[in-house]
Amino acid sequence: MAVATQAAVAPAAMSERPKVVIVPIKGLPIVGVVLLGVIAAISTNSRWGLMFCHVVGGGLWTGIDLFVGFIVGPIIGRMSIPARIEFSTRFMPKMLLIMPTVVTMTLAAGFQTARLSGFLDTSAPRHAWVVASFGVVGVMAVIALAYLEPANVAVLFELRKPQPDGRVIEKLMRRFIYTAGITGVMQVATLIIMTRLAS
Amino acid sequence: MSAEAHAHPTGPSLVDRRLPPVTEIGAASMIAIAGGVIYLAAYLPKHAPIWFAIVMLAIAAGLQLTNAILLSRVPDFAWSRFFEVGRWGLLAYAVIAGMIEFAFVYDHTRGAQLVVMTLMLALFMLNVPVLIAFTVARYQATSSL
Repeated sequence: MAVATQAAVAPAAMSERPKVVIVPIKGLPIVGVVLLGVIAAISTNSRWGLMFCHVVGGGLWTGIDLFVGFIVGPIIGRMSIPARIEFSTRFMPKMLLIMPTVVTMTLAAGFQTARLSGFLDTSAPRHAWVVASFGVVGVMAVIALAYLEPANVAVLFELRKPQPDGRVIEKLMRRFIYTAGITGVMQVATLIIMTRLAS
Repeated sequence: MSAEAHAHPTGPSLVDRRLPPVTEIGAASMIAIAGGVIYLAAYLPKHAPIWFAIVMLAIAAGLQLTNAILLSRVPDFAWSRFFEVGRWGLLAYAVIAGMIEFAFVYDHTRGAQLVVMTLMLALFMLNVPVLIAFTVARYQATSSL
């Protein structure tokens, strides 16, 4: 009933909604600079550069996942469809650039840092924690790449239609909220593993 | 204007449309890829026994082939939107896969291990755009929907 009502309400809000951009082109040069920075840090074996990329990227990734999963997600879940549309139109395109960039930066630099620090060696005392972090990242990758990101892109395409379907947006946003919550929980595991590795 | 450009929010919703479980199969393929990569990476820079990774690779490839067959049999699918999204997704994930490959080559990963890693990355690079493109295209109306 609530879904049907919201679906009926949605078209009224359509005329006022902002223009939907799938990928913010202005952000691409920043993504390029970040990725080049990571490549430079790897190719020069710069310990500071790698640590910088890993800590900055990891901090952002964890912070964003926790904030979106536990704060923003539940708030979106209680919003009306028109409010979700307004929010998603501005929020999702930015996430589409930020998250893959931050994740690539963190993982590439983290792997090299682990290699240079000897954590990758199977005989290293904390090797099991590194493998555990691979597992956590694997779970997050499957959830984010198979469910979260496709839902994110599909919502934006739905919003570009002259008359978006409220039920499609509802379904995709529900998927986004749940998967963001799961990745938030996985980030708690990441925090435990990383602090164990660093202490 | 193409037939795909018309949405029908007042008619039956595209949410109700029954389609093959492409997302679920793609996720299973991703689990196999992640399992294989984690297994190999856990041994780096030493060489891991390769058989487990090859089994994971074969499972991932088989699942993606299944997905391709299932998708090709879907009637009235928004293929132009599927390929439009898939192309851009492929470009983005080729960059990401390229960076990961660069890191492995830079770390002196060689031989069968590098071949298996590269094939897994190739499957990853193909899988994610298919999942994104499928999720977008399934909610696009076609001339008969």
